[in-house]
Amino acid sequence: MSREQNISKAIENIDTKSVILEIKDLRKSFGSNHVLNGFNLKLYEGENLVIMGKSGSGKSVMIKCLVGLLQADSGSIKIMGQEINTINQKDLNILRTEIGFLFQGSALYDSMTVRENLEFPLRRHKTRFKDATNMDELVTEALESVGLLHAIDLMPAELSGGMKRRIALARTLILKPKIILYDEPTSGLDPITSKEIIELMRSIQKKYKTSSLIITHDVDCARVVSERIILLVDGINYVEGTYSELSTSTDAQVKAFFK
Amino acid sequence: MSGSNGFKSFFIEIGELTLFAKRFFKELFSRPFEGKELLRQCYNIGNRSILLVAVTGFIIGLVITLQTRPTLEGFGAESWMPSMVSLSIIREIGPVIIALTFAGRIASGIGAELGSMRVTEQIDAMEVSGTNPFKFLVVTRIVAATLMLPLLVLLGDAIALSGSYLIENVKGEVSFVLYFNKVFKVLEFSDLIPATIKTFFFGFAIALVGCFKGYHCEKGTVGVGAAANSAVVFSSMLLFVIDFVAVFVTDIFFEL
Repeated sequence: MSREQNISKAIENIDTKSVILEIKDLRKSFGSNHVLNGFNLKLYEGENLVIMGKSGSGKSVMIKCLVGLLQADSGSIKIMGQEINTINQKDLNILRTEIGFLFQGSALYDSMTVRENLEFPLRRHKTRFKDATNMDELVTEALESVGLLHAIDLMPAELSGGMKRRIALARTLILKPKIILYDEPTSGLDPITSKEIIELMRSIQKKYKTSSLIITHDVDCARVVSERIILLVDGINYVEGTYSELSTSTDAQVKAFFK
Repeated sequence: MSGSNGFKSFFIEIGELTLFAKRFFKELFSRPFEGKELLRQCYNIGNRSILLVAVTGFIIGLVITLQTRPTLEGFGAESWMPSMVSLSIIREIGPVIIALTFAGRIASGIGAELGSMRVTEQIDAMEVSGTNPFKFLVVTRIVAATLMLPLLVLLGDAIALSGSYLIENVKGEVSFVLYFNKVFKVLEFSDLIPATIKTFFFGFAIALVGCFKGYHCEKGTVGVGAAANSAVVFSSMLLFVIDFVAVFVTDIFFEL
């Protein structure tokens, strides 16, 4: 079965799957700058959804609202049935363990080794991972899944950009999240490393059966990983469809993006 | 116009700093307690400053004694040297100068460290992993600095008195026992205790300002530099205000 057929089948299955993340009429402004103007989306279980848009279109603001790093002005964000805008801090922290977030700049803790970076979220949630042996196993498993077990005792400063991104991905995986949010996963990387990261994202999705929301303006990344794409223009959904639908669109804005 | 804006932004910053301090006290007594990280910060902050404090203290002792000796000699009062030097070092010069060097070292360090963590999204990453970054990064650093500075000041005072003794021994052939007998004869707990208590406030203020500037750092790497710089300037200024209040209060209770 070709990749296109696989995607079509995945989209058919979407309707039968449950919604794991839903955004309704999300609005966010910074002073007079209206960044999000009523954005909507649904992410289904096991789906890879890509959000594309130009710089400043509100992609990063939207993803930060999702994890409570920014407070939306209005609208609703439901993750696994829980409303983010009204949830208390304690419940939000518990919910955050179900969401992995890969930051654009990797955001590894500079003062900690790779091992300590990966252990950090585990130590914060000791009740889930009481056993120290279990912790070692989880760190090893996460590093093996990104192919960097040999870097376990290195400091972030000793790693290349691509290695940092992979370690950050391992840290994202360590709590076995149900949803992974990727903020520009390939930005600042050379084409070869970008391809490696994209492949890694696909293999992780296969292995861990996660739902992924990927923010990118890398068309290659969108082509390879997406089952569905939403194009965000001026803080609102402009168009939605599969890669092949959007890449053959006659709309000038869409064409400009996929050129 | 720009003057009034500067004035306004200064008071806004004071208000924000007060809210930051309020949040610190709220988080300080709530669980979970970051004991391990607190010990690590105590070691980092204390250990990183020992050499600086030792050198500063030694030079303070040397310089004060060298500068004051000719004047006292003019009155034939050089035997008062240990009393005068010890009182000025223990009561005022030791705590203030050591706190100022500590501010230069620690406030800028904390400001730059937290600032770079902010601009590289490390603080956001902590928050997203379900950790309270304020508790882990800010509370531990402020408590560590509050506990470590008094110890460092006591150490610096002792080294300053040793430096002063060295000059007295070389210039006036005063023995170690005689020198320190005179020092301890004049010193009272009413000299040492208020001076030590105020160093807790100095340590608190230095780390509070460093953390505040770093935690709210903006505008990329330029912002990190600005956070480190303004942390030192603001905390140094705050030290003098605290010192004035401390001396004022001490005067009321101990009649200096």
